[in-house]
Amino acid sequence: MSLFSFLGTLEIGFIFGLVAIGVYLTFRVLDFPDLTVDGSFTMGAAIAAALIISGVNPYLATICAAIGGAAAGLVTAWLNLRFNILHLLASILTMTALYTINLRIMGKPNLALIMEPTVLSPFAALGIPDMYLKLMFIAVVVILTGLAVAYFLNTQYGMGMRATGANPRMAQANGIVIKEKIYAGLALSNGLVALAGALFAQTNGFADSTMGIGTIVVGLAAVIVGESLSGSRSMLVIIFSCIIGSLLYRLAVSAALNADFMGFTTSDLNLITAVLVGLALIVPQLRREQRARKAAAGGTL
Amino acid sequence: MKLRNFLTSALMATALATTVQAQPVYVAATAIVEHPALDAVRDGVREVLEEQGYTDQTLKFTFESAQGNPAIAAQIARKLAGDTPDVIVAISTPSAQSAVSATKDVPIVFSAVTDPLDAKLISNYDKPGRNVTGLSDMSPVKQHLELIQEFLPDLKAVGVPYNPGEPNAVAIVKLLKAEAKKKGIKIVEAPSPKSSDVMIASQKLIGQVDAIYCPTDNTILTALESVIKTGIDGQLPVFAAETNAVERGAVASLGFNYGDIGRQTGEVVVRILKGEKAGDIPVRVAQGSELYVNPKMARRMGIEIPAAVLARATKVVE
Repeated sequence: MSLFSFLGTLEIGFIFGLVAIGVYLTFRVLDFPDLTVDGSFTMGAAIAAALIISGVNPYLATICAAIGGAAAGLVTAWLNLRFNILHLLASILTMTALYTINLRIMGKPNLALIMEPTVLSPFAALGIPDMYLKLMFIAVVVILTGLAVAYFLNTQYGMGMRATGANPRMAQANGIVIKEKIYAGLALSNGLVALAGALFAQTNGFADSTMGIGTIVVGLAAVIVGESLSGSRSMLVIIFSCIIGSLLYRLAVSAALNADFMGFTTSDLNLITAVLVGLALIVPQLRREQRARKAAAGGTL
Repeated sequence: MKLRNFLTSALMATALATTVQAQPVYVAATAIVEHPALDAVRDGVREVLEEQGYTDQTLKFTFESAQGNPAIAAQIARKLAGDTPDVIVAISTPSAQSAVSATKDVPIVFSAVTDPLDAKLISNYDKPGRNVTGLSDMSPVKQHLELIQEFLPDLKAVGVPYNPGEPNAVAIVKLLKAEAKKKGIKIVEAPSPKSSDVMIASQKLIGQVDAIYCPTDNTILTALESVIKTGIDGQLPVFAAETNAVERGAVASLGFNYGDIGRQTGEVVVRILKGEKAGDIPVRVAQGSELYVNPKMARRMGIEIPAAVLARATKVVE
């Protein structure tokens, strides 16, 4: 792997680290499987690209993108909480609607940002080569965001959110308004995913209506890989495991791209991803069963 | 001794091979997805390279597909930028955009991009500048409409199934509408975001239009059989922008096949390998004047091939 390829892999890994944090918030913290992210990733890219092309400051455009993603998350939460639509189904509905909305936002299926200003433009004067600058900027943004999310989850409000996912009845009995927590959690999650989309569009030069496909699987893969690496229950460690999981996932993709590596090629990627996520899900379960069997054996003796 | 003999002959063979080109060259192709048309482009490039004397000994040719995923397209582009091949062949719009934003040094030849100006790959066709040149596959839609009119002189409305999420198709439909307006023909859109939507979208056209026109759209071409079936059921002749479609059951097509586009792309690649700068090579629109007809399918869709068209046809599919 060349240096250029390695840095690019890390950069994309960091961006998808935001997706992993978003997916962690819904799947793990709130126990709310949310597929909206496939649409909100594209939405972030679409809003940022459309605004930048119409002359809006890239930073403002990126913030608007995150707000747009948060709004999409609120719609999913609303469908689920107000109308009792199954969470998975509610998120599929929003995701499907977003496909059309994203096309409308962009006005066409693909917007090019190759020659437009981006969030990186103010740093161009520093004279750092593009490939280092992109990685440094993205890493700083993602690490700061990770710290902020970890801090948030340890506040009183964030604890309430965690309680909502862990045991909604108990949470409610303790005076936590669980609906409000779900709204907030989905907005935050999809806001982060849309931010990732906005950054991806700006560092890679385009927004495309298909770019969100499979976001959920990639995010989930990162969360699960990260989780299986760290056994900690500290929020800070878990959030950073998500980011590291995403980096590892991208390095695995990059390894598959070097066609001579164990004979894998890119067309095998989807299977590798599925096997990876599957294994990470199966292994802890097998371990639990083994432990239970041991405990049972110990009991009879 | 045997080994030495073997080595000497191997060296001689290499020396002979390298008389064509002093050093092995590295051409890296990438596409957003594996798809018959895009694969044909890749194979066309390779054919031309081989004809020009770049054989296995003197050419390293790789191909990566992004599995339809732009994030992977970006990763592939970064990888290629780091590998610094002699030429990157970027097939399809997202792959080309990823490559262009990944490197400003490695020469890039894009292909199968309908509107390279709109995709911001280049700022003009004649002297694209920088490290980028390539080939646009914009369809000759005006000629296509004229061909349909030859079959159906009082053509009033044409149905167009296409994927509104595919930049190339959207560009073609826009152009098609402009041309149709001049001729007083109505274009009825049948949007199909997924290949599984194509059947229903095209069935809705029955009764609304006189013919169906399939643009160069990956989603529609994947599910072309659905459109053909609708054509037979509804007695609507199906025309296509891509000649390969005629072998799969479309009535007629005028234009290029993607193998030709690949060959024309390959010619550009060879020019760069021979020392020309990518930015100095004008971007061309793919050419080809092949006319394919399928009389058997025409009859099944309730129409005959006009004698004039049959006489001009470069290929009659039986």
